[in-house]
Amino acid sequence: MTVEANDPGLSIATGSGASLRPLLEWLARRAEPVAIGLVAILIGLALFSLFILAIGKSPVTLFQLMYTGGFGSWFSIQNSLSRAAPLLLTALCVALPARLGLVIIGAEGAVVLGGVAAAASAMPFVGVVPPIVLFVFMGVAAMVVGGIWIGFAGLLRHYRGVNETISSLLLAYIAIALMNQFVEGLLRDPASLNKPSTKPLPKDYMLGQIPGMDVHWGLVIGVVACILSWVLIEITSYGFAARIAGGNVRAAQIQGLPVGKLIVGFTAIAGGFAGLAGMIEVAAVQGSANASLAAGYGYTGILVAFLARHNPLAIIPVAILLGGISASGGLIQRRMGLPDATVLVLQGTLFIVILFCETFYGRFKIFNPDLWKRSL
Amino acid sequence: MEDTGIGLWGVPLAIFAGAIRVSTPFIFVSLGETITERSGRINLGLEGTLVFGAMTAYAVAVMTGSPTLGVLAAMATGALFGTIHGWICKWPKVNDIAIGIAMMQFGLGLAFFLGKSFIQPVAPKLPSIPLGTWSAVPQVQAALNINVLFFIGAALALFLFWAFKNTRIGLILRVVGDSTDAARAMGISPDRVRLLATAAGGSLAAIGGAYLSLYYPGSWNEGISSGQGLMAVALVIFARWNPIGCFLAALLFGGAGALGPALQSVGVTQGYYLFYAAPYVLTLIILIATSSPTRSLAGAPGALSLTK
Repeated sequence: MTVEANDPGLSIATGSGASLRPLLEWLARRAEPVAIGLVAILIGLALFSLFILAIGKSPVTLFQLMYTGGFGSWFSIQNSLSRAAPLLLTALCVALPARLGLVIIGAEGAVVLGGVAAAASAMPFVGVVPPIVLFVFMGVAAMVVGGIWIGFAGLLRHYRGVNETISSLLLAYIAIALMNQFVEGLLRDPASLNKPSTKPLPKDYMLGQIPGMDVHWGLVIGVVACILSWVLIEITSYGFAARIAGGNVRAAQIQGLPVGKLIVGFTAIAGGFAGLAGMIEVAAVQGSANASLAAGYGYTGILVAFLARHNPLAIIPVAILLGGISASGGLIQRRMGLPDATVLVLQGTLFIVILFCETFYGRFKIFNPDLWKRSL
Repeated sequence: MEDTGIGLWGVPLAIFAGAIRVSTPFIFVSLGETITERSGRINLGLEGTLVFGAMTAYAVAVMTGSPTLGVLAAMATGALFGTIHGWICKWPKVNDIAIGIAMMQFGLGLAFFLGKSFIQPVAPKLPSIPLGTWSAVPQVQAALNINVLFFIGAALALFLFWAFKNTRIGLILRVVGDSTDAARAMGISPDRVRLLATAAGGSLAAIGGAYLSLYYPGSWNEGISSGQGLMAVALVIFARWNPIGCFLAALLFGGAGALGPALQSVGVTQGYYLFYAAPYVLTLIILIATSSPTRSLAGAPGALSLTK
C-alpha cells in the first residue's frame, strides 16, 4: 500500500506518469481484494491465537507445527498438494454458481455420488480396456451424475423458485444415504467385511502419480478445471452473460439473456467438477467407493470458494493453503494433544472474519481507480 | 404371543412415538428460526448452534449433575451464537446466508473441539412424563413416555402464535421483518431488533440440541445431529412462518424420521438407508410443492433475503 501511495509523486517527478496511469489503476483495482483478504486472514489468525491461549496452549508452537506439517518439507508440501486436489474441484462447485448469484453448498452430495458412479462404471471394464480409457469412462460417469445432482438444484431454483442453498444441502444428505445404500447393497464387494466398499480397482488401474512427485494426477485435473472455469467466466460470452445475470437478474432478462439455461448449465458444470473430485478420490486414493467419500471436501470447498471470492484462478493458491492446514491436523494432534477439530475451529474463524471483512470493500479511497486517474 | 409384542400394530405405534420423540428438536429449532426470519433475517447457522448447544448441555449436565442447568447453559451459548450472527450481519455488504454457513462450520468445529473429552462420561437425562401407565402393553407405555420439553415446545408454539399478533414486541418484530424503512420511520432500530431476534432464535435452537444429547438419542458424539438445524429452515418455509404450522410440520418430519427404525423393528431391513433419507426427501418434495418462481411466498416477511 505504501509503495502505491508513493508512486504518483514518483511518476510525476520522472515524467513517465502517462504510461504508468493504466498500471496504477489496474493495481488499485487488484490490490483491494488481496489487501482486504490478507488483513482478514491476519485478524482470523489473531482471534484463533486468543482462543488457543485461552485453553492454555501456545499459538506460536501451533503455527510452527502448522507450517511444518503443511509446507515445512518436500514431503509435507506433496501431502498438502494431494489434499488440495479435491478442494480445487469442490470449490469450483461453489464458485461457478456464485457468479450467477446462487449459493450452492451441497458439493458433498455430488462428490459421493460421483465416486459411486465412477466405481460402478469401472466394474465392467477393468481388464477389458486400457487404464486411460477406463479413467475417461469413470470421469464422464462421475461428471454426468454430479452434474445432474447439482444441476437439479439449479433447475429447482429457476423453474420452481426453491432456495438453492437449502435444496442443495438436502440433496447432499440424500446423496449420502444413496451412497450407503449402493455400497452396502447392490455394489458391495463381498470381500469388504468391516468397511463396506465396492470392488477395489487393481493397482495398475489406479490413477497414478505425477512424474517426479508423490502427488496424484488429480492435482493436474483440478488446476486445469480452474483454468478452464476462469476462461469460461472471464472470456467467453456465456461467462459474461452469467456475470450480468448474477449482478441483476431483471436486467439480464430484459436483455433477453437465457437466464434459466445459464443457471442450469452453470450448476450442472459445477456439479460435474464436484463429481470429478469423487472420481479422483476413488481412482487415485481409495481404490473403491465407500463411506470415506463423505470426508467433508464439499464443505471445505465452500470456504475455499468464498476465500477466493469465487475467482477460479484464486482458488488454486487458497486450496493449496487450506490443503496444507488440513494436512497439518495430524501433527498438531500428536505433538500438542489438541483434538483434530482444531483445524475446523481455525477454518470456521477464518470463514466468519473473511465474510465480515466484505464490509470494508469500497471504504478505502486508496483502492479507488478514479483516485489514481485524478492525481496524475 | 403376548411377549412377542403387538405385531404389525407396532409400526404405526412406533411412528407415533417416534414422531413425538424425533420432532422435539425440530419444534424448537423451527420456532427459533421463525422468530429470526419474522424479523427479516435468516440464520442458516442454527445447525452449528444446535450441535454446540447439545455439547454444552451434555458437558454441564455431566459436571453439575443437573440436566436443567445443562439446558439453561445451552440456551446461553445459543443466544451468544445468535448475537454474533446478528452483530456481524448489521454491517453493510455482509451476506446473512453466507455468514450462517460460516457460523455453522464454526459452531460444529468448536463443539467437536471442546466436546472431545465428554464423549465418554454419561450425563443424567432430562425427565419424561409417563402418560401410558393405564396400558399393560409395554410398547404403549414406552410410546406415551413423553419428555417435558415436548410439552414446553407445544406451549411455546401456541404462545408465539398469540404473541406475534397480540403483543407490542410481536408487532415490532413483524414491522421490522416486513419493511426496514417503515420500522425506521417508527423510530425502531431494525438492526437491534434483528440482533435480539437472532439471539432468541439461537437460544431456542440450542434447546433442540440439548434435547438430542440429554434425552433422545441421549449421548454426545460428533454425529449427534443429522441436519435438524438445516431442515428446520426448510420447515419454517413450509409452515409459512406460522408457529403452530411449525409444530405440526415438526411432527410430520418426526414421523418421517421414525419410519426407518419403525420398519426395522418389525423386521423390514431392505433399503434401510433409503428410509433414513425419508425426512430429507419429504423436505425437498414439500419445498418443491410449496415454492413458486413467479410470486413471493404467502406469509413471507417482506425484508427476508431468502425468498427474493
